This record gives sequence, C-alpha cells and structure tokens, in this order.
Amino acid sequence: MMTGSRKLLIFGGMAFAALGMLYGLQYALLVEHQTLDHMGGSLSQSFAAAASRNAGESQAALEQYGETKYDYVRQVDAHSHWTGLATLMIVLGVIFERVNFSEGIRQLVAFSLLAGSALFPLAIILQTYHHGALAWKALAVVGSGLVIAALAVTAWGFARPGTAG
Amino acid sequence: MPAIPRPVPDSDSFAPTFASGFAPLSARRLYTFGGIALIAGGLLFGDIFAVFILHQNAARQGEALSAASRAIVAGNAAAVNERFSHLGNVLEDRGTKVDAHVHIIGAGYLALLLALVQPYIALSRQTKKSLAALFIAGGVLLPVGIFLIHYIGLRGSPFSAIGWASLLADSAGALLILVLILQAWGFWKYVRSRQLSEPELPDEDSVSHRALLTGGTILILLGLLHGAYYSGALLYEHERMETTILQRLISAATVGNLDAATAEINNFGNLAGARAVNIAAHAHIIEFGLLAMLLSFVQPLVFLSEKWKRRWVKLLLGGSVILPVFVLLELKLGMLAGGIADIGGLMVMVSLVGMLVGILRYSGGLDVAETVVAEADAAEGA
Repeated sequence: MMTGSRKLLIFGGMAFAALGMLYGLQYALLVEHQTLDHMGGSLSQSFAAAASRNAGESQAALEQYGETKYDYVRQVDAHSHWTGLATLMIVLGVIFERVNFSEGIRQLVAFSLLAGSALFPLAIILQTYHHGALAWKALAVVGSGLVIAALAVTAWGFARPGTAG
Repeated sequence: MPAIPRPVPDSDSFAPTFASGFAPLSARRLYTFGGIALIAGGLLFGDIFAVFILHQNAARQGEALSAASRAIVAGNAAAVNERFSHLGNVLEDRGTKVDAHVHIIGAGYLALLLALVQPYIALSRQTKKSLAALFIAGGVLLPVGIFLIHYIGLRGSPFSAIGWASLLADSAGALLILVLILQAWGFWKYVRSRQLSEPELPDEDSVSHRALLTGGTILILLGLLHGAYYSGALLYEHERMETTILQRLISAATVGNLDAATAEINNFGNLAGARAVNIAAHAHIIEFGLLAMLLSFVQPLVFLSEKWKRRWVKLLLGGSVILPVFVLLELKLGMLAGGIADIGGLMVMVSLVGMLVGILRYSGGLDVAETVVAEADAAEGA
C-alpha cells in the first residue's frame, strides 16, 4: 500500500537523488577542475615562494590552499551526502510499512528524514560561503541529528514484534 | 500500457503474475543483474586498488613532498614547481581510481533501487526496458570515463581544463540524471493513476530477509554515528593540523633542517592516513548497510535453499563488519589490518556472486513453471 510516508520517502528521495547528481554535474563541469588547479597551484606556490625565501608570499599561498581545500572537501561531501541520503530514503520508502508504528508516527519519521536530508548537505554547502560560521555548523548538526534520530526510530520499528508482512 | 490493479493478491495467484513481471530482459531483470554486477565489479576494483595501488601511491606522495622540501633547501623554485607537477599527477592517479570505485558501486545501488520501484513507474514496458539499458550503460561508462581521466588527460581536447575522458564521464552522469528524471515522471504518473505497471515484489518473512533488513539498518546507523563523531571531533582538527604541518615543513626546509622536514612529511602522511581510514570506514559501513537492505528485497528472487541463503547472508554481514572495522584498525595494526579488511571485501563479493547465481536460477522459465504448479498442487492439497 502506497501510504503517505512511503510517498514522501520515495518521491523525496528521487528528487534529492536528481538534485544531488545535478549539483555534482554542475560542480564537475564548471568548478571542480578550476578548484583542483587552484588548490595544487597554491600549495606549489607556497613551496616555490619558500624556495625564493619569500616567507610572506609562502604563508599567504598556504592559507589560500587551506581555504580552497576546505571548500572542495565540503562541495564533494554535499554532493555525496545528498545522493547517499536520497538512496537511503528510497530504500526505506519501499519497505516503510514494516516499521511497526502508526502511520502518523511513520509520517513524522519520514518528514524527519526528508528535512534532515535536505538540511545537512545544504548546511555543508553554506559553510563554504562563511568559513567556520557557527550557524551553518549548527544547521549541519540539526540536519544529521534528524537523520540519525529518524533512522534509530526506524530500526526500533523494524525490531518491534509483528513487523513482518 | 498494460496496467495491473493493485494490490497484488495472495501467493497462489501471485507467483505466475510475478514471474511474468520478472521475465527475461524486463527492466527489473536488467536493473537487478546490472546492479549486482556493478557492485561486485566495483568491490573487486576497490580490492585491487587497495592491494596494488593505494599504499604505493601514498609512498610516492611522500617522496614528492620530500623532493619539494629538498628543493626549498637548495633555493630552487623551478624544481619545486616540477616536483608539485609530479605530486599533482600522483594525486590525480589516486583520486580518479577512488572516484571510479565509488561511482561504479553508487550506480549499482541506484540500479537495484530502480529494480525495486519499477512497479510504481507508470511507463510502457518497452520504455522502461530502454531506460534500464541506458542506465546500466551510463553506470558502466561513468566510472570508465573517470578511470581514463588520468591516462588521457587533455590530449586532443578542444577545452583548456576538460579532457575527453572527463566529457565521457560527464555525459554518462547526465544520462543517469535523465533516466532518473524520467523515472520520477513515471512515478508521478503512477501517483495520479494508482495503477501498478507490474506486480510488486512478494513480501517475505524469512530469517535471511529479516537478518539483511535489520543488519543493514544497524550498519547504516553505526556509520552515521561514526560520521557524526568524525565530523564533530576530528574533521576540523585534521584540517587545522594539515596547514600547521605544512607550515612547519616549509619552515624547517627554509632553514635547511631536512631531518625536521622529513619528520613533518611523516606527520603529513600519518594525518592523510587517519583521514582516509575514517572516511573509508564511514562510507563502507553505510554502503554495506544499504546493500544488505537492498538485497533483503531481492531474496524472493534468489532461488536457493534457505540454508544456502543464510550462508550468503552471514558471509555478507560478516564481511560488511570486518571491512570497515579493520580499515579503522589500519592505523594501529598496519598492513595486517589492511589485509583482513581486503578479506572482508572479498567475503561481500563472494556472497554477492552466490546470490547472483540464485537469481540466475530464477530465470529458468521451466523451473518457475514447475515450482508454481507444485505450489498450487500443494495449496489445493492443504
């Protein structure tokens, strides 16, 4: 039976999968190669400036490397987590009737998964605009917390007696 | 489109209907075979990469950094650039292989998922079959393109930063996106019509099914908790440490202290190792959890005795725990833990092939027909 919670998970999961892939595609096409060049170039420049005994330029280039890598890691993380969480949502959507709670609770769990899967990668992306901003870190914690809590309740629902069938 | 009213009823009438839903070369069959084959292929590639390339590549990175620090001592900026060009090459070699491994397995998971949701995709049988073929083709071409990036580079490319192999990978990625969008459209049509396009997979309450479902959920939960711990306790510290180590390395080389520079290169290698094993453990335990859950759905299609099904399930879950745990232990136990982790990967691969054999047996139409008749006779007798 295609309940509301299952629809939420399957439809939301497919939308996130497409979104995550589209994000990854645009990043790979428009940003990634330039970022990798910039990252390698900064580190190389830092060492080359040190060889020329220019400590100031070396330090500035090293900081640039650190910031570029900070962004790169998070962009890749956002892409992979969006797609991965989407996959999890679709998988759970197929068997969500086996979670032995009322449909109301299942919808709450599904919504928690949906919200967490949207917020967590979004917060990771936002961190690239404001490095170290506490608000985006907190949003990432809230997003991942929603996913973990929803999955814990789901595991409990699977384990409860009479879940089969 | 031949619509089938939902829900699919009792097992007596279900089996023949379901068998036709999994007829040779149907979309579901293509996705199932393709998905398991992609995952097994990706795991094999990952094991080969871990054994023959990963550690050697790390050593080459250390050598390149060491040469760059010697160039700083000599005050030779041109030599530094040359060494970093080499280092970039080494990193690209590693990165493209990791990406190929990740993407081939990811495409396999998506293929298995799409196999499961086919009853809810309200498109014609032929359209679904064509989309499945396109998806599997994209799932193969994407990692192949990524793998070739390091070897083809910008050779013959009209673009300044994107080579032909990248274009192949990007085109394959676009193909996967297109198929997913069309599947979403098919699902939307189902939501509006409420007509299943083919029978749903039968419910199963066997031990193997429950073990995969529960074990998979627990593996994913453990992976998420480990990821939360890593990002909260270690990620930012590791990022700070990387810049600090590089600063110390440059400073030591600038004053001509090669011993201190070598020590910092070792620290850099250890830090890279710590990051790599944490990320690999996090990713693998979640992937194996998802795989276990996905495989729980296709257990009705695995035509093996329950005893053999349980053996494959035990092997899969055992390997799914052994690999990430021993990847994490590589920091303490070194190559021994790495070898055990590879055995864990091999266990998962063998169990996948075992289940694939069971699924292949399903395709024998006569066997299916005989089973259906026998089950119907038994039901009537009861």
